[in-house]
Amino acid sequence: MTSLHRLDPVPDIGGPQQPLLSVGNLTKHFPVRGGLTGPKPVARAVDGVSFSVAKGETLGVVGESGCGKSTTARLLMRLIEPDGGDIVFDGETVGTRSGLSLRELRRRMQMVFQDSYASLNPRLTIADSLAFAPMVHGVSRRDATAVAGDLLGRVGLDPGTFMGRYPHELSGGQRQRVNIARALALRPRLVILDEAVSALDKSVEAQVLNLLVELKRQLDLTYIFISHDLNVVHYISDRVLVMYLGKVAEVGPVEAIYGRPAHPYTRALFSARLSMDPDERTAAAPLQGDPPNPINPPSGCRFRTRCPHATGVCAEREPVPMDLGGGHIVACHLHDSASGHPEAHAYA
Amino acid sequence: MEATAAKPSFPAKPKAARSPGYWTMVGRRLRRDPVTMACLALLLAIVLSAVFADLLAPADPYKTSMIRRLKPIGTPNHPLGTDELGRDMLSRLLYGGRMSLVMGITPVLNALAIGGLLGIVAGFFGGRLNMAIMRTMDVLYAFPSVLLAVAISGALGSGLTNAIVALTIVFIPPLARIAETVTTQVRGLDFVDAARASGAGSLTIIRVHLLPNVLGPIFVYASSLISVSIILASGLSFLGLGVEPPQAEWGLMLNTLRQAIYVQPWVAVLPGALIFLTSICCNLASDGLRTAMEVKL
Repeated sequence: MTSLHRLDPVPDIGGPQQPLLSVGNLTKHFPVRGGLTGPKPVARAVDGVSFSVAKGETLGVVGESGCGKSTTARLLMRLIEPDGGDIVFDGETVGTRSGLSLRELRRRMQMVFQDSYASLNPRLTIADSLAFAPMVHGVSRRDATAVAGDLLGRVGLDPGTFMGRYPHELSGGQRQRVNIARALALRPRLVILDEAVSALDKSVEAQVLNLLVELKRQLDLTYIFISHDLNVVHYISDRVLVMYLGKVAEVGPVEAIYGRPAHPYTRALFSARLSMDPDERTAAAPLQGDPPNPINPPSGCRFRTRCPHATGVCAEREPVPMDLGGGHIVACHLHDSASGHPEAHAYA
Repeated sequence: MEATAAKPSFPAKPKAARSPGYWTMVGRRLRRDPVTMACLALLLAIVLSAVFADLLAPADPYKTSMIRRLKPIGTPNHPLGTDELGRDMLSRLLYGGRMSLVMGITPVLNALAIGGLLGIVAGFFGGRLNMAIMRTMDVLYAFPSVLLAVAISGALGSGLTNAIVALTIVFIPPLARIAETVTTQVRGLDFVDAARASGAGSLTIIRVHLLPNVLGPIFVYASSLISVSIILASGLSFLGLGVEPPQAEWGLMLNTLRQAIYVQPWVAVLPGALIFLTSICCNLASDGLRTAMEVKL
């Protein structure tokens, strides 16, 4: 009898209709230094984010740097404690007495980090790094090493060559393959890929993307794919979520977001993308300046300071998410005929 | 050399190639550094001669002789001369090395254990615990180290144990601070987060992921403190706060021989020369170790 049964895949509970993950009103405000008097200043890194991920899909998350993409990922993994909101994994609420414990959550959900080098312990061999998580969950060293060899094979690295190597002896692409293998070691159902291919050069990036698609098919995985690269997100995602300054601006099927972007921010983001055709390239910057400071975000709609359509109502009230049909949801007064925005009817 | 698409089927090789570990590589680099190797050899000689002082000493280090006082270097039966009470210098230097090394190394080892632990705990858990530990260290840090050592051993009274306690307290803050800095640095790396994400507890993470990455720099820093410790210990003995006569200890010998500096300068200077030699060897060896350990991994 081996100890491998401890890594048996987690069974599906709610059936295919139930979202694998649903997140409600997730909030994280980081305390900021300074401010001796008055209320303590906070950076609203993630401010009431809600979304859900269906079983077997890939949810792409895009946005500028500093918009809260990575913080959201770390909140989901509970590497940072959220200030508020709830996370429900396949019908089980995380962190409640009757729900899912953190340890169990982390068996079901794993993460691949951007920096392939910093995410491997330089003093451990690849085999030891891969065997660590199974051993934490009670698998014997021998079985865990066997698992490590199997995982390396799955990510396209020869176990005989790589098991005894140290991270510094591997190329960036090989290291990221090892990181993917480690994330798969506990047989998770959901893998968060936080800029997992962004640091790789283009040809290696394509290989790793294909590997991810292949692994998803083989192991029946669900991905949350965080990236700033719109082309990569277009390629890999089923649905896309656009974040701006700690809020969800727009979420919907990939064709809808890329074909008919509804939020002015999403449109600006896509027009910043360079066209393959040199004649169609835009010379002017579609957005001016930097995103506002998350310590003191604009009132009402967060995007209004850079939005070409901003009017009085945008400063007064925060837009409510509106469903445009087919799961295409946007938080903008332009799409809400009851909002009182003068241009609202033109778009509704 | 990037493997192409995901194909798990590789021809199985007979045995897994294991790369040389970190310490093998550090050792290899050390062997190519002649200065460090010379210093390590000298230190080894000093330590060995202190350990085997009973076998090496030609005479009893405590036997005084009023007719043979302050003989010069090269006197028959007394190759390094005699001190102000006619005791054999070579024997006293050998025995004195024993005491000086104990007083130099013990406080650093004690402080390494206590300060290192405090620093790692402060760095790993952060927050209020870090604040409490590190601000306490800062209070101790505010005193100049010599002053602190003299004040503590003055308050505790003279004697070997008290001197070691005093020096231990002096070395805890710098070691805690180094340990805290290195730990904070390593804790922020993604592999620690990845380990937490795998469901491992704090103790497992500290043991497997943290310690192997922080102990090296802490040890190197501690080794550089040994020279300071030897000098401070000698200073305490010189002031009459460390070991007491007639015990042989380099700092104490330097003190008792200082009146003889005009009569027999070469004999009087010997304990000081040994203190200098030992501490400079410690410093150079620790520098070399630091360079060798900076293997870009």
